[in-house]
Amino acid sequence: MSGFTISRRTMLAGSAMLLASTAMPTSGWAQTPKKGGRLVLAADSEPRNLNPAIVASNGVFFISSKIVETLAEASFDGKDGLAPRLALSWEGAADGLSVTFKLRDGVKWHDGKPFTSADVAFSALQIWKPLQNLGRTVFKDLAAVDTPDDLTAVFKFAKPTPFQLIRNALPALSSVVPKHIYEVGKIEDNPANNAPIGTGPFKFGEYKAGQYYRLTKNADYWGKDEPYLDEIIYQVLPDRTSAASALEAEEIQLAAFSAVPLADLERISKVPGLKVISKGYEGLTYQLVVEINHRRKELADVKVRQAIAHAIDKDFVVKTVFLGYAATATGPVPKNDPQFYTADVPTYAFDVAKANALLDEAGYKKGADGNRFSLKLLPAPYFNETKQFGDYLRQALAAIGIDAQLVNNDSAAHIKAVYTDHAFDLAVGPPVFRGDPAISTTILVQSGIPDGVPFSNQGGYKNDALDALIAKASETLDTAARTNLYKEFQKEVATDLPLINVAEWSFISVARDTVGNIANNPRWAVSNWADTYLAG
Amino acid sequence: MTRALTLLRRRLVGSIFVLLIVVVGTFLLLEAAPGDAVDAYIVSTGGDAGMIELLRHRWGLDQSELTRLANYLWALLHLDLGQSVTFSRPIRDVILERLPNTLLLMVSATALSFGLGSALGIYAGARPGSFRDRFLSIGSLALYAVPGFWLGLVLIVVFAVDLRWLPIGGIETLASDKTGLDRAADIAVHLVLPVSALGFIYLALYLRMMRAGMAEVWRLDFVLAARAKGLSRRRIVLAHVARNALLPLVTMLGLQSAQMLGGSVVIESVFSVPGLGRLAQEAVAARDTPLLLGIILTSAVLVIVINLAVDIAYAFLDPRVGAGEAGA
Repeated sequence: MSGFTISRRTMLAGSAMLLASTAMPTSGWAQTPKKGGRLVLAADSEPRNLNPAIVASNGVFFISSKIVETLAEASFDGKDGLAPRLALSWEGAADGLSVTFKLRDGVKWHDGKPFTSADVAFSALQIWKPLQNLGRTVFKDLAAVDTPDDLTAVFKFAKPTPFQLIRNALPALSSVVPKHIYEVGKIEDNPANNAPIGTGPFKFGEYKAGQYYRLTKNADYWGKDEPYLDEIIYQVLPDRTSAASALEAEEIQLAAFSAVPLADLERISKVPGLKVISKGYEGLTYQLVVEINHRRKELADVKVRQAIAHAIDKDFVVKTVFLGYAATATGPVPKNDPQFYTADVPTYAFDVAKANALLDEAGYKKGADGNRFSLKLLPAPYFNETKQFGDYLRQALAAIGIDAQLVNNDSAAHIKAVYTDHAFDLAVGPPVFRGDPAISTTILVQSGIPDGVPFSNQGGYKNDALDALIAKASETLDTAARTNLYKEFQKEVATDLPLINVAEWSFISVARDTVGNIANNPRWAVSNWADTYLAG
Repeated sequence: MTRALTLLRRRLVGSIFVLLIVVVGTFLLLEAAPGDAVDAYIVSTGGDAGMIELLRHRWGLDQSELTRLANYLWALLHLDLGQSVTFSRPIRDVILERLPNTLLLMVSATALSFGLGSALGIYAGARPGSFRDRFLSIGSLALYAVPGFWLGLVLIVVFAVDLRWLPIGGIETLASDKTGLDRAADIAVHLVLPVSALGFIYLALYLRMMRAGMAEVWRLDFVLAARAKGLSRRRIVLAHVARNALLPLVTMLGLQSAQMLGGSVVIESVFSVPGLGRLAQEAVAARDTPLLLGIILTSAVLVIVINLAVDIAYAFLDPRVGAGEAGA
């Protein structure tokens, strides 16, 4: 058994399977896939609405991506980072006013009816655009979907829309649901939202609240010889310690989405028959961000924000809070993004003396008690790591004479305090980078967003130059020009610091050696698992 | 029998007021908590202002607190618990699905702690001050001092992970399609660990009460009389001392039922048992006010019924109690 180490570089390179330090690394995988078997895995939450066309979130995808498919899926080696699913090809018009999808032939819904372009048109116009949490933004200018034949869907936009954005949005935003099921009655109340019907390799079996979800093999799946598994069972394990014990007791074979806490990984990696995998989440990067309320006069001063950036030891955070399973951040686009990332931005090295000097320069001298001023700090409670970073940040700020008062809330209270009531000075948030800055990243710094919108700029920040840049990028059709604008965007954010990006991380899977074809695409945990198998 | 009926009538009238206070109190407490069901929901989805407004409207959260409370109470008068916003299902169904699991856990754990606790208490109290008395007293105190979740985790590591004698959690084998006796046996096996974890904590309470009660009774004159009559020690212990020491335990049984419900929240989470306690925890996190009200109401009714049963049992066990009340 070798020791378990991981470097940032290997993780970011996204190359080669990241070491599994198990006793028998060759047993079970890299074999020819075997048919049959029941895969049992841990689920830590129970989404009620399982319709991924309405709720595009990882919690929903985790289960329903096996049932309902998208037009395309993310891929390590496909063109533009995509692999075909329900669509075989996609072509954007030069004027940005239309995108043509050629659809897969011979695909059937789980109830036996044929899948056609009418289903795509219905999903896009009736669900993604008006109802979907992310689609409401990306498809806001979608005016019509023409269906010249059963296997062609032409998206028509009212305003020029960058094809690059549509392409990047496909893996998460393009779940297609059957028109014949949803055209009757109100879409939000459709029973299929709780028992989805799709085209995917698995059919929805049953859901026992508090116990499990059961998916069964779709014998009529379009993929040749796929799927390999007969059944997938998601066992609901609400307690943080349950997944690790259940893996050890061989009651489950897989725990994805870091269901096994980071602190347990070293121990569990030494258990014979279990492997720890940090690949397969490259398309689901979370960013550790210090959100700033610019209504506070001290924080409205860029020197103070720079001082805070200099006070944070990012390497220490990666090493201590994330136990190495993360990378330091330089700006609002993560380093592992293949299209947009640029390292050419101002950086803020860990330097307490410089931070103190900047604060002195800004006119906030230390008082008799050693403090310059006090701040309210609200760490988001969704992850252990965001809470722990909150504790770290409090100490880091104390070192430069800023007294931070920690305010701990549960999720609902935190969302309300930060994004509706603005009752914070600093907050720690984990926004998600979704493959294109226009999907959910620019909104973090853009001005003019109404109160109450979560994971958006609610810190009262307004920068006309940045707003203009964002607006220009949103209507730039040329891919290279658009990419360059987002590089400028990163530079501007890193210069003016509307928020401070500290680190980037994703999830870890722990699995039995017998589970094959794990982590073979950048969104593996939320992809369709048609080729996942159980050996021996 | 009339004695019991009088008690029943008086209690029922009182209970309605208790329930009303419980409902209004819970509602106000939950309203005071920052964030509503929509805030809790968008944590995992995000969404723009229009979508959020749509959700608030759909879930009736754009109405005033007073309107919502009035609507809830009005529906409650018609025995309607309403619709859960997170489950999109009638709350009655959601609760009925979970209630049997929690009841099974509670009744088994109570039987274990009461049965074993009082038996060991009698064993210890039969010879006050002896080695076995001290051993049991200290041992049970140690158990009582252990937090429930920790005991649960230790049981899991030892019996489910290392020895693999028992399942790690859940109420039955997942998706196994077992029926009848097979299923009952399966559920029983799954209950061993959670019932032990929950029951052992309260065992100490009954053991120590029994022992203390007996120690007191030993000193009373009638024990001396019984001894003078030449009764065997065994008969004195069981028929005279233990029986008289049992009364306060029965009272405790009623009081404990409420605490046991609280304890089951933790145990249900640790052992992944789909019960009411875990549901309540989820309802709070999701700010699903009507669901939480439904659960609290169900629990309150449960506690009231158990205490009523205890009082009636008491009236039969000790005739002085009922007579005194009826005469007052």
